[in-house]
Amino acid sequence: MARRARPVQEINGGSLADIAFLLLIFFLVTTTMDVDSGLSRKLPPWVPPEEIDETPPIKERNVFIVLVNSNDQLLVENEPMDVRYLKDKAIEFIKNPRNKENLPEKELLSEKIKKAQDKGNMKEVRKLETTQRLLGNIEISKQVISLQNDMSTSYGTYIEVQNELIAAYNEVRDELSMQKFGKKYDDLDPDLDKDKIDAIKEVYPQSISEAEPKNIGGNK
Amino acid sequence: MAKFDRKGKKEGQAINTAALPDIVFMLLFFFMVATVLREVEYKIKLKLPEASEIKKLEKKSLVTYIYVGEPKLQYQKLHGTEPKIQLNDAFARVSDIQDYIIGDRQTKNEDEVPFMTTSLKVDMDTKMGIVTQIKQELRKVSALKINYSSRKKVTVK
Repeated sequence: MARRARPVQEINGGSLADIAFLLLIFFLVTTTMDVDSGLSRKLPPWVPPEEIDETPPIKERNVFIVLVNSNDQLLVENEPMDVRYLKDKAIEFIKNPRNKENLPEKELLSEKIKKAQDKGNMKEVRKLETTQRLLGNIEISKQVISLQNDMSTSYGTYIEVQNELIAAYNEVRDELSMQKFGKKYDDLDPDLDKDKIDAIKEVYPQSISEAEPKNIGGNK
Repeated sequence: MAKFDRKGKKEGQAINTAALPDIVFMLLFFFMVATVLREVEYKIKLKLPEASEIKKLEKKSLVTYIYVGEPKLQYQKLHGTEPKIQLNDAFARVSDIQDYIIGDRQTKNEDEVPFMTTSLKVDMDTKMGIVTQIKQELRKVSALKINYSSRKKVTVK
């Protein structure tokens, strides 16, 4: 059967584009581009109500009290305040640059190490010594931020306040990190600079304590 | 007009579309890679609050989601307009959270459990009461790592 050799038929690639378009449109429609992100926080462990004893005494000057009422208004250290000024106020509290009487006390690192040694907490001692090696014998503030909100505070306001407080911590951490390591805190590598990150956390621990819920300003 | 009378002699040159599939495929791959398929269908109205100090959630597989907000219009007849909790695809009560977290924990490796995070996707206008209740429940089952889901706020510095 000697047929004449037909030239090889070319496959029509025209519809390839259609198929690809179809898939493309499917993905376009189903796509949600949002990356999951948010404020990371850690909750305190659960304590059964009957076991709650008197909280360990903290001096008043060491606590920065933020109250949010049911109308989303703020009371910071007994003064009404706008959220915009909260960050600066919190930074001043955390750092206490002029060693004011009414702002938190500070403790030298070497004293803290001595205390931990007396208690026999070797893990803590080692951690503090690493901090001392990296940052020198600096003062550590005993600051605690206490945040209390009402049952009818709106979630939006709550996040706004949380955000400002976290921003305050991030800023003081950044500043210390810049000063000591020449890098921003966020730019420190979690694997390579783990000690540095821990050291900074040691100096400025993010201690935002949230009280058990209360009704401030009544229900609405 | 002799200009237009040249009939069929010279057909209009067809544009070469051979590269079109390539272009479309390129776009397709981009979207396939960038796509996050929606994990559940929202039955609630969800408008996340804004924040500037946000962190990305790593390891999606270790994240448990809890949604809170006002039910969408079509569910309001049944569930009212008060903010509700949604777990997976159904509305739930506060008391269901513990079981939900424990159930989710059992599907994971034991050594991964400490890294599990609970992402709270809560509508801006929700009152804190329900959120506080959820937080208490999470504390009871010691799911302590949480993430308040929020959108990136554009800050002018």
